[in-house]
Amino acid sequence: MAKDMSYEGLNARKTEIMQAAIGVDYNAFELPGIGFDYERMMREAGYPMEKMREIQRSHAVGDTPLIELRNLTRLARRYAPAGKGARIFLKDEACNISGSFKARRASISLYQAKEKGYKGVICATSGNYGAAVAAQAALYGLKCIVVQECYDSRKVGQPEILEKQRICEAFGAEVVQLTVGPELFTTTLKLLEETGYFNASLYTPFGIAGIETLGYELVEQCRQIAGRDPDAVVCTNAGGGNITGTCRGVRKAGCGARMIGASIDLRGLHMASDHDFNRKSFTTGHTGFGMPFMTWPDRSDCPRNAARVLRHMDAFYLVKQGETFYITEALACLEGYERGPAGNTSLTAAFSLAQQMDRDQIIVVQETEYTGAGKHPMAQLSFARQSGIDIRFGNPDGDRPGESIILPEDPGQIRARPYDLDACRRSYVKNCVNNYHMTAASEEDIQFIMDETREDRSFVTEELRKHGVAV
Amino acid sequence: MNAAKKGDWVQIRNVVLPAGSRAPHVPDDTQRCDLVMWVKGAIQSDAQVGDTVEVVTMTGRRETGVLCEVNPGYTHTYGQFVPELHQIQTQLRQLVFGGEQ
Repeated sequence: MAKDMSYEGLNARKTEIMQAAIGVDYNAFELPGIGFDYERMMREAGYPMEKMREIQRSHAVGDTPLIELRNLTRLARRYAPAGKGARIFLKDEACNISGSFKARRASISLYQAKEKGYKGVICATSGNYGAAVAAQAALYGLKCIVVQECYDSRKVGQPEILEKQRICEAFGAEVVQLTVGPELFTTTLKLLEETGYFNASLYTPFGIAGIETLGYELVEQCRQIAGRDPDAVVCTNAGGGNITGTCRGVRKAGCGARMIGASIDLRGLHMASDHDFNRKSFTTGHTGFGMPFMTWPDRSDCPRNAARVLRHMDAFYLVKQGETFYITEALACLEGYERGPAGNTSLTAAFSLAQQMDRDQIIVVQETEYTGAGKHPMAQLSFARQSGIDIRFGNPDGDRPGESIILPEDPGQIRARPYDLDACRRSYVKNCVNNYHMTAASEEDIQFIMDETREDRSFVTEELRKHGVAV
Repeated sequence: MNAAKKGDWVQIRNVVLPAGSRAPHVPDDTQRCDLVMWVKGAIQSDAQVGDTVEVVTMTGRRETGVLCEVNPGYTHTYGQFVPELHQIQTQLRQLVFGGEQ
């Protein structure tokens, strides 16, 4: 009988398609009840640190420079109280092959794909990850398909995404472009089934483990350059892999730095809306990915997502689009690094957070990304202006995503706005209850939620009871 | 260019899901739009833009769709000049090096 290739038919086969396309038996890590053994999955499905560094070094990944941003630190200190103004360091991940930290994820994923004998790889992404997978596929001689959400219904595309199409094709990938909508994942399922290729998902244990080297390296470099550990590490947060992998690497290096996530505040824009699609000027690093993935990681294209933010993030801050464009300009004209913009979300937060830290402390921004035509403040702001977005100087607090981009009148207005992580933890518990139709929680369930949220028993049981779950 | 010869590199489009048959949870404005897909490949016959054709993609897959472009290129740029960015540069240099210039 012919397979049912309809949307519903493909989704009904999701588990078996994924299983074949990742080659990991996720069932082996399932626990009784709602949980799974996350640490065992990371240990057994991933690779040891030295092995990953060896794989990455032989594929043009890693060992990127850590630079002290002296002029930006000087600028931040203008606005800091006496004795405050931490040293800001930046890990120049744009130096990786394909121009971003995503090369670390791709290198370990594609090593796995090659080892397991897959003939090609597929990934669903409109971002830097596509370029990373395409470049590694070129090195390994694997075929590569990148599935992009690219255009609105008028075939108008964000210049940043059009550039990602170009770079993927430059590395020899086939790019499948789609209009706005979450059905992108169904198209990806169809392609995985049709080709038998490896699912180079952003969220496999390999993809996440590949980022651990970033955290490990930055601690080693900070010790070497500054003679001390970083006090805080800031990561741009979207799907959650960046902070998850970096934190795990930082901890493996024996460093207890505070792990901080930062996202662009795009609350109010609907990520699946044809109308809203081109009204945002950041296609990643924003709350549209950050919030849903933080509060429900298993929405990803893997049976179990290896990126688990609440297990790793110590604090979460939001910044505005206009502030990030401003800092992107500052990085170029004060430090000589033309990078970003989206990758500079964490730098924007760090510029503000440094002002609250002691002068002798160190805050590390752990990524940059390449800049080019389309992927540049001028390209993105002029596209926004053409799309009717009001761009002007003012107080960035007045920014309305989809309507305006407010560039700060003075860099002293740039502010990392704390977001309540406890609210995210409560949402996570609520999502557990709803998605697993929980009516009662076993001891294993409670323990799992405690590990997921890093909260104590009373927090978890109280939240569960609030949603009518017997504990 | 509106005509393609067999073997030319082209872009085709096809409708994956028609409007009204989209995933149930997409917002209304998206629900009213087709889910459209574009792929590039080597065209398997001579054709005109608008014809339904078959292509062989970079990975060797065969896809059928409506021919929309022959020799598709890239047109994204660094954009129009944004005066505000220039003002930011001037302000930043003044703030950090003001007394030294």
